[in-house]
Amino acid sequence: MMGAMSTRERVLWYLGALAIVLYALFPVAWIISLSFKSQGDLTDRNFLPRNPSWGNYETIFSGSARDLFLPALRNSLGICLIATFVSVVLAMFAAYAIARLDFPGKRLILSTALVVAIFPAISIVTPLFNLWRGIGLYDTWPGLIIPYLSLTLPISIWTLAAFFREIPWEMEQAAQVDGATSWQAFRKVIVPLAAPGVFTTAIISFFIAWNDFIYGISLTSTEASRPVPAALAFFTGASQFEEPTGAITAAAVVVTIPVVVLVLLFQRRIVAGLTNGAVKG
Amino acid sequence: MAAITMNHIVKRYGDGFPAVNDVSLDIADGEFMILVGPSGCGKSTLLRMIVGLEDITSGDMLIGGQRVNEKSPRERNLSMVFQNYALYPHLSVFENIAFPLRLAGTSDAEVKKRVQDAADVLELREHLERKPANLSGGQRQRVAMGRAIVRQADAFLFDEPLSNLDAKLRGQMRTEIARLQRRLGVTTVYVTHDQTEAMTLGDRVAVLRKGVLQQVASPRELYEQPVNLFVAGFIGSPPMNFLPATVQGAALRTPFGDLHLDDRRAKAVAGHDLVIVGLRPGHFEDASLVEEDKRRHGSVFRAMVDVTEWLGDQQYAYIPFEAPAEITAQLRDLSRELDSDQMRTQAIVEIDAMSRLREGREAEFWVDTRKAHVFDPKTGTNLTRDAEAGARMTEEVAQERAEQLTETREGRVTAG
Ligand SMILES: Nc1ncnc2c1ncn2[C@@H]1O[C@H](COP(=O)(O)OP(=O)(O)OP(=O)(O)O)[C@@H](O)[C@H]1O
Ligand SMILES: [Mg+2]
Repeated sequence: MMGAMSTRERVLWYLGALAIVLYALFPVAWIISLSFKSQGDLTDRNFLPRNPSWGNYETIFSGSARDLFLPALRNSLGICLIATFVSVVLAMFAAYAIARLDFPGKRLILSTALVVAIFPAISIVTPLFNLWRGIGLYDTWPGLIIPYLSLTLPISIWTLAAFFREIPWEMEQAAQVDGATSWQAFRKVIVPLAAPGVFTTAIISFFIAWNDFIYGISLTSTEASRPVPAALAFFTGASQFEEPTGAITAAAVVVTIPVVVLVLLFQRRIVAGLTNGAVKG
Repeated sequence: MAAITMNHIVKRYGDGFPAVNDVSLDIADGEFMILVGPSGCGKSTLLRMIVGLEDITSGDMLIGGQRVNEKSPRERNLSMVFQNYALYPHLSVFENIAFPLRLAGTSDAEVKKRVQDAADVLELREHLERKPANLSGGQRQRVAMGRAIVRQADAFLFDEPLSNLDAKLRGQMRTEIARLQRRLGVTTVYVTHDQTEAMTLGDRVAVLRKGVLQQVASPRELYEQPVNLFVAGFIGSPPMNFLPATVQGAALRTPFGDLHLDDRRAKAVAGHDLVIVGLRPGHFEDASLVEEDKRRHGSVFRAMVDVTEWLGDQQYAYIPFEAPAEITAQLRDLSRELDSDQMRTQAIVEIDAMSRLREGREAEFWVDTRKAHVFDPKTGTNLTRDAEAGARMTEEVAQERAEQLTETREGRVTAG
């Protein structure tokens, strides 16, 4: 496609892409810059910090915000990983059935998933709050994992079902003719073909859970289960007249890191898997 | 290597539709058997039942004398080339070919040797490290073949392996498959709906129609002694011409004049009134180019030439004719079933390329009546089939084949 473009067109494309990248990355760069500024320099109207320092990071890792931030980071990681794992495993079974089998109620499942996905979280938070307090799930890990599943499962089922439909299932039969047992055919042929789809879905699920704020702030009250986005709201400055901007930006940078790492780690696999290509000519 | 025997095989899908209906077929050890028929006649279904990917509703499937109905594909030790090749996209060409060996737990050194041998036969040496997605259609086809021949399977099964290739490559691969099969001497079942593949590759050809086996015979017997209207119309290109005729003693009155039958055939059609005569395009000739002593083997008639097609070394002429309504309907059904777009109320005749026939004019044709077949219009049965002559042709092929096979196997023993 690129080859068919004239130089002029290509330059325009690159300019456009550059504009979008700048637009998207500018706030990130700003937050990084802020996180390296000292309290006094925050409003110095300078993009680059004058005296870059690790002060804000020290605050959240070993200073005053430490008891707020570190447990929150642990909660976020644990809860999101578990929610992602459970959601991907369940979605894999569901999507496999949807892609491979014909059973009554197939469309019902898919449309229900869609309805759940578009249902605003804010409208169920209050009833959930009351219910969780009643049954003792309030301020616990499962108390967040369950609502997170409601956010991640529908999208996981949809993405995986779409992905599984693309897998040429004739491969499985070819493998069986080549002498594989059903299990070997699944493990040596279907799993490698499905893996990129599963990774993609896992990453999407993880992001959704990681970014959640509403459930995190409403269904927790202590560091027993409060995730990072909610914990940021509880940061305080050195005095009560001081905004904790520095600490918040440092924490924001820290929570962005896992996301970036995940994408860098798996983008290769995802792209490689998607471009491995069709079977037919 | 093994013989494959099918006894009264039936396949009903969930909706009760009999995709394969009471097929009995014996495929000898080392034989090259073709399954042919129009789209949807159950060829793939039959093949998939042999390999074990489809349950058999009733009947027995025997491979090498063993009943395999309940065996899984891996226990049957057959190898198959799928229509879309079904290569594993995440594995290199080498690993694709090696896949069956890896599953069998073959040692690395042995795998390497066997894969490279297969790659040499198929000229895939320089592509071994590439991924299937980067190969051309013909190369993928060969990788699929490589995967099939790399292990000692009891039989090869092919499901329209060349249908995704362009015409030139198809011709090339066809000869390659034929050579490979002769060299290896492995029992082969090959599904196709391509005329040329069916006629050139097989020792015997099985013609299926709506799940029912019509005739199993050498290509030559199918062509010269078809059992019914369907086989006659299906085999041969351009297809056989079907003319309506009424029986008048030892003669047939057709739109192209009277055809005289010899005693054997006259006796066979006696008692019938309306019949269908089948004449291959090659049985006709421009009358002015036929020598005197040949003329008396046939009849001469005058007809209007509608269109001529000159192809360099051949020439075809299209001659329209009138047919009674009941026969027209029958012929229309037949041509629909055969997926042919040819109108059945015109005859295609093959004439010498030197002939100077003019379109839109009347011309004089000669037709060889010795090879005419006469069909019952109601049942479609060939009334004049010479079963003995047919059996002789198929027997000859079988003998030739057996000799060749012994040679190959002896050759391999001495070489190995
Ligand atoms: N899974 C299935 N369920 C129900 N009917 C089926 C199924 N698979 C095939 N059939 C039917 O069985 C018949 C034979 O199908 P099959 O695929 O064997 O045809 P074929 O001879 O291979 O045709 P083609 O030349 O188009 O490949 C068809 O009428 C088809 O509709
Ligand atoms: Mg088929």
